[in-house]
Amino acid sequence: MSVATDLLHAHNEAEETDIKMSGRGVNVFYGEKQALFDVDLDITENRVISLIGPSGCGKSTFLRCLNRMNDTIDICRVTGDILLEGQDIYDKSIDVVELRARVGMVFQKPNPFPKSIYENVAYGPRIHGMTRTKDELDELVTKSLRRAGLWEEVKDRLDQPGTGLSGGQQQRLCIARAIATKPEVLLMDEPCSALDPIATAIIEELIDELREKFTIVIVTHSMQQAARVSQKTAFFHLGKLIEEGSTEQIFTNPTDKRTQDYITGRIG
Amino acid sequence: MANAPSEHIVRSYEDELTELTRAISEMGGMVEVAISNATQALIGVDHELASKTAKADKAVDDMQRYIDEKAVSMIARRQPMAGDLRHIVSAIHVANDLERIGDIAKNLARRTKHIDSQRVSKQLYNGVRHMSDLCLSQIKRSLDSFTLRDSAIALDVCRQDDEVDALYISLFREFLTYMMEDPRNITDCTHLLFCAKNLERAGDHATNIAEAAYYLETGENLYYDIESGKVQLN
Amino acid sequence: MTNSVDTKVRKTSIHTTDEARLRLKKRYQSETGFKWIGRAAIGVSVGFLLLLLTSVVGQGLPAFTFNFVNLPFEITAEKLGTDGSDPVALKKADYDSVVRDAIRGQFPFVKSRKDKKLLGGLLSSGSSVYLRQQVLNKPSVIGTDAKLEVPISDFGDLYLKGQISSSSFVENTSRLAIADNDGDVLLTAEGDVFLDALASAKVALGVQVERVRRDLTGAGLSIEKTNNDIISLNEKIPAATDEEIKGRLENNLLKAEKNLKVLNARVKQFAAKIADFDSRIADTRMGEELTDVMPSQLVYVGDAVFKLISVTPNSATAETIKPFGEDVLTTSNDWTIRTLDIVESSRKFSDKEIVWTDALVEREYVRNGFNTIFFSRGASREPEMAGVLGAVIGSALTLIITLALSFPLGVAAAIYLEEFAPKNRWTTIIEVNINNLAAVPSIVFGLLGLAVFLNFFELDRSAPYVGGMVLALMTLPTIIIASRAALRAVPPSIREAALGIGASRLQTVVHHVLPLAMPGILTGTIIGMAQALGETAPLLMIGMVAFVVDIPTAFSDPATVLPVQIFMWADFPEPAFQQRTSAAIMVLLGFLIAMNAFAVVLRKRFERRW
Repeated sequence: MSVATDLLHAHNEAEETDIKMSGRGVNVFYGEKQALFDVDLDITENRVISLIGPSGCGKSTFLRCLNRMNDTIDICRVTGDILLEGQDIYDKSIDVVELRARVGMVFQKPNPFPKSIYENVAYGPRIHGMTRTKDELDELVTKSLRRAGLWEEVKDRLDQPGTGLSGGQQQRLCIARAIATKPEVLLMDEPCSALDPIATAIIEELIDELREKFTIVIVTHSMQQAARVSQKTAFFHLGKLIEEGSTEQIFTNPTDKRTQDYITGRIG
Repeated sequence: MANAPSEHIVRSYEDELTELTRAISEMGGMVEVAISNATQALIGVDHELASKTAKADKAVDDMQRYIDEKAVSMIARRQPMAGDLRHIVSAIHVANDLERIGDIAKNLARRTKHIDSQRVSKQLYNGVRHMSDLCLSQIKRSLDSFTLRDSAIALDVCRQDDEVDALYISLFREFLTYMMEDPRNITDCTHLLFCAKNLERAGDHATNIAEAAYYLETGENLYYDIESGKVQLN
Repeated sequence: MTNSVDTKVRKTSIHTTDEARLRLKKRYQSETGFKWIGRAAIGVSVGFLLLLLTSVVGQGLPAFTFNFVNLPFEITAEKLGTDGSDPVALKKADYDSVVRDAIRGQFPFVKSRKDKKLLGGLLSSGSSVYLRQQVLNKPSVIGTDAKLEVPISDFGDLYLKGQISSSSFVENTSRLAIADNDGDVLLTAEGDVFLDALASAKVALGVQVERVRRDLTGAGLSIEKTNNDIISLNEKIPAATDEEIKGRLENNLLKAEKNLKVLNARVKQFAAKIADFDSRIADTRMGEELTDVMPSQLVYVGDAVFKLISVTPNSATAETIKPFGEDVLTTSNDWTIRTLDIVESSRKFSDKEIVWTDALVEREYVRNGFNTIFFSRGASREPEMAGVLGAVIGSALTLIITLALSFPLGVAAAIYLEEFAPKNRWTTIIEVNINNLAAVPSIVFGLLGLAVFLNFFELDRSAPYVGGMVLALMTLPTIIIASRAALRAVPPSIREAALGIGASRLQTVVHHVLPLAMPGILTGTIIGMAQALGETAPLLMIGMVAFVVDIPTAFSDPATVLPVQIFMWADFPEPAFQQRTSAAIMVLLGFLIAMNAFAVVLRKRFERRW
């Protein structure tokens, strides 16, 4: 085979790492209405997987299952298995508070606590008792802010309220807050949809850097962003997982016609 | 869904893609006419037709530029994905190949000037005509495979390329024989040889078009598929 | 050139046609009309508010000052019977006599028993208590010349504030002769100086004669009726068959005839009186006796004050209210007639008391100062000794208990219902019931307190802690509802953020939701407290009506609260109490305004923008 094809193969093989989280036969019901039908999806370690699909297709619902945020909704019922490193997260022996420290979440609209910037980042580690001394906590806060690419901009005003930052900075603060608890998986629900293109680009770069240490699942409406940011893509439609594969393959040559129709803009 | 719409939600996007295909078809038509006319001029030693054909190549070049610009503009504005992206990129390749074929037609027409109509044997021209007909058929079918998105036709065109090559080799031998027989034929036969070579190259370009059509339809590279054994040429 | 053409060729849009313009005008008109209705509503409310405030403040403001009298009290060891070393003896000493001696010393000419009693009432009846308090506080004043004060009587205070009667003064420079006349005094003047006094007497006579005329008419009607009775009886008696009935009828006839005689006599009397009055009224120059239904006339000459008993146009006989001091005058060219517009029988402050009080003022013994009594004492029968401090402390103690009970319980209940409770039928029922409880009339809580706290648990009646518990029950629904609304107003994104980071439900609420909801919760609490401060009915039911004199110091001491105190004082007839009621209302309003202002400040301080 040619050198070119070898390189292509090598690139694809590099995608295969361990599976961090997986869902098997996941069904989600809101009261009588079923939102997810029998979803099987693997999330590979240290990779970014993007969940795309039209509005109401169930991608956010699936995302929220991964850290059991759906528990906060009374009428929501989840069946099937969701495993984190082989362990069922809905098992009675799993503490949901501990789970959410291991699987962090960043929301669509930046929602920093109305506290100081320092407090925002320090809150998580503090309640989980991750540090013993103030110095350790300071270091953790600094590291998280650096990782989130926010340190240079806020290092002189850590005691000012987090809500006083710009939209993009707030979202990075939320990311810093999420990674401060040293999670293994980072869930992002349309993190850039409220931001301008520059802020979006900064966060996309950040996601690329974070990939080294974390496994990232991102829900996005923008096909271009999914194409730019992720290595794997999963397409949802009307509650079902239609297709899943490498981002390159999905966006140049998808297998399923519905996927093709969606990403080319033929169905909404 | 059975009744899935296959049209873009944004109508102007759909129109632009259609226009691109139409331009390719039009260019293809122009190029076919050019090859046919050039061959005609060559065989009938029609200088007028030859000069007309040579001049008509400008329109083909313009067409390629038009398709190029249109494609680049669509990439910038529409951020095409999947099939649409392959369509546009293929259109660029196909326009390129068609432009080359157009140049070949122009060369053929130009050569007519150098050939002395009295002395050349009709037999020789038969070979060239046969080659030209074969090439035209390749070009036409490769364009069909592109516009119809038919990978079977594309495969067929690729297979047929061996025939074109074989025809060229036999013509080559024939001309050599004629040249060895009668040194007075050398000038004409050399010209005809070059014409046959050009037509063989035109056939290769048609194969390229067929490959592009295959990529457009399947998303795979034809020769990679052949190498991996997914498709058989023979 | 094109510009002028353009204006003519402008296209009309659908919004610039005449009909559209008319519709637009109507919309503005209804908006203007609405604005005026709003302004009128505000105007009416503000008007009533101003009316209330001016009437309350107008009546209550005088109560904030009081007149104190500092006579030269003899605070000596002999008078008290102790030198001050023994506090028990000091307490038991006879301060009444000290006060009595001091006031009598001012007016030595007061001789009769009746007058002496009147004099004794010039100072407050609590004077001795007041004096004792000062001596007990500072025993070193014994034997010194220290000026001690006592409060003046309640009516004296009212008089000095001009609320007993208005007076008119007429100064005269004509000659007046003063002559002794058998204990009384004869005043002779040149000219008809007493004509006005006489005229006012005649006016009073006119009022009297009208009354007699009415009596006459009444008698006439009675006579007519009696006559009719007699006629009917005379008819009935012969027709009667039964002996018993006949006997009774004859008795009645006798009675009626006797009655008729009496009435006729009375009519004659009335007619005579009327004739008399009429003739006297007709003769404007005929002398009259001044009775207590006629305005009092006082003549001021030199140091003396005389009250006219009878008057003619140019002379009068008078009673000596205040005799001459050292200078006994027989004539004077500088004297004044003072007319007191309200007649003596309609006042609670007699002419003598007026003159004596004026004398004290003249001698500079009276000081008009801030009414410290009102703010430092508890309830009392005597208006001048009554204060609001007891009620204020009682209110404060009660409210402390109310706050301590209702705030934590209310906020915790609201947090549970809003954040933790599952949304099912039971929680809906609870929510409906809490809303209903907020609308229950407060007296029902009082009945509850009476039945459960006092009768069943046998807790102390009239104690602040019981009152606090009853008010806490009443305030709880208000706080729960306000807290729930405040919690609901916190955007769910905050909760999601906290939960997403791995905070437990409780941590989310306490660390994140509660601080953001605090302004609303505090506002609701203070509104609830302000409401509780003004509640009367439930506390009446549990007996906080007791007449509490001592200032309460513990939560179990009997106490009363400010609104109940106002309610009690409003019942007392003395005018001084009316003033104090209004003053107490002002104190209550002051507290309410302060609490609401505090709520506004707190809200501003805790307000955060999210």
